[in-house]
Amino acid sequence: MTEARDIDIFRYCRSQTVRHLMLMVRSPSEVVNPLLFFLLVIVLFPLGLGPDPEQLSILAPGILWVVALLSNLMICMRLFVDDLEDGSLEQLAMARVPLSIAVLPQLLASWLASGLLLSLVSPIFGLMLGLPLEVASVLVVSLLMGTAIMLLLGAVGAALTVGVQRGGILLALLILPLYVPILIAGTRALNEALQGGDPTVALALLGAGVTGGLLLAPLAIAAGLRVSLEL
Amino acid sequence: MWRIIHQFGSPPWVYRFCDKVIPWLMPITIVALLGGSVWGLLFAPTDYKQGDSYRIIYIHVPAAVVALAGYYVMALAGLVSLVWRVKLADTAMRAAAPIGAAYTAIALITGAIWGKPTWGAWWVWDARITSMLILFFLYVGVIALFEAYENKTVAARACAILSLVGTVNIPIIYKSVDWWYSLHQPASIKFTGSSAIDASMLYPLLGMIITFYALFALLMMLNLKQSLTEEYAQSAWLNKRLAA
Repeated sequence: MTEARDIDIFRYCRSQTVRHLMLMVRSPSEVVNPLLFFLLVIVLFPLGLGPDPEQLSILAPGILWVVALLSNLMICMRLFVDDLEDGSLEQLAMARVPLSIAVLPQLLASWLASGLLLSLVSPIFGLMLGLPLEVASVLVVSLLMGTAIMLLLGAVGAALTVGVQRGGILLALLILPLYVPILIAGTRALNEALQGGDPTVALALLGAGVTGGLLLAPLAIAAGLRVSLEL
Repeated sequence: MWRIIHQFGSPPWVYRFCDKVIPWLMPITIVALLGGSVWGLLFAPTDYKQGDSYRIIYIHVPAAVVALAGYYVMALAGLVSLVWRVKLADTAMRAAAPIGAAYTAIALITGAIWGKPTWGAWWVWDARITSMLILFFLYVGVIALFEAYENKTVAARACAILSLVGTVNIPIIYKSVDWWYSLHQPASIKFTGSSAIDASMLYPLLGMIITFYALFALLMMLNLKQSLTEEYAQSAWLNKRLAA
């Protein structure tokens, strides 16, 4: 009996992930726009700070992480909106699969389309800011984990504000304070790598964040969605 | 034991309890606040390094301590409301948020005033100041989320979830900000081992901390009473109570 249920959940997750990915492929602007935003804001910094490559490379870790944080915020704002409007969120909440697991495919699909993509192209943005190629691997690994935690935490905020009119700015107010540790650990990893230190501690902390987030955030997301659906 | 806990879930009982305690608590708090301020500002010895400017400690530290405790009061009320669906816990959570935000603001402002003569700047990006600022944003977030919902029962549940998420995050934020950079002195009062602060300065400080807790409780009761009056304006027990 339990075995049958387990397979059920697995198949459900796979089909849902595919569904969400298909939705994104069919409206590519949702995937491309946050990346364009990321690129645009990064271009603004040299324009504002001056083109001196040495100064830019000092500021690069902070700039990259803050901009990654902001583009993640944009993704979180759209996270449950469509599903709430077309009613599929209500169906999801009433399905046999627990809601805390049922939301995971969507998060996975969102992360594949945003966090993963952004992390993989981030060395290019790093090069534009004068970041040496040697730290590219640290940048990619830290962003891979950082974007995952940000998405998990942001989804809690998104779940709580999805039913609210003009919830976007409220979402920023709710979750940006919670992002502080991610920002600190992420920039720390990069700075350590830049100065020839050991970035493992900071990366390990980010890894711990992903694990803890995967464990706790789905419960909070499900509770938040129930509140928004007034169930 | 269980009876006492159940009583705290009953609005009429809590309303009566507040009515009974406030006439005692209010004068005691006011006297303690005045007494503690006079003690700290006039009679405590002058610091040999910081001169008289250190005296703001008697406002700054108590406000900061209680601001942090206030978040846990709020989160605990949120937990009670989520798990046992006690309506009164919603009201308590709502009552605690603005008071906590005000305490945090006081701690930040007095900290800036203290920072100018000691560190030479109104604002420094020090670990504890930064985490206090983030605590302030967490409070403001809860208040803003509550205001955003039309249906106040739903709003309270949303705020409860948010404050619990914040509770998990606060220690992490504190540790990470500490790790990030620290200029602030480490905590001088320790319950185990000897304190780094002299007794003549410590006692008025401890007195003020207790007074600030009492003030928090007093403000919370006043706030709670007002919210209950609004919520139960149509109820027989309240009208009977108000008529008496």
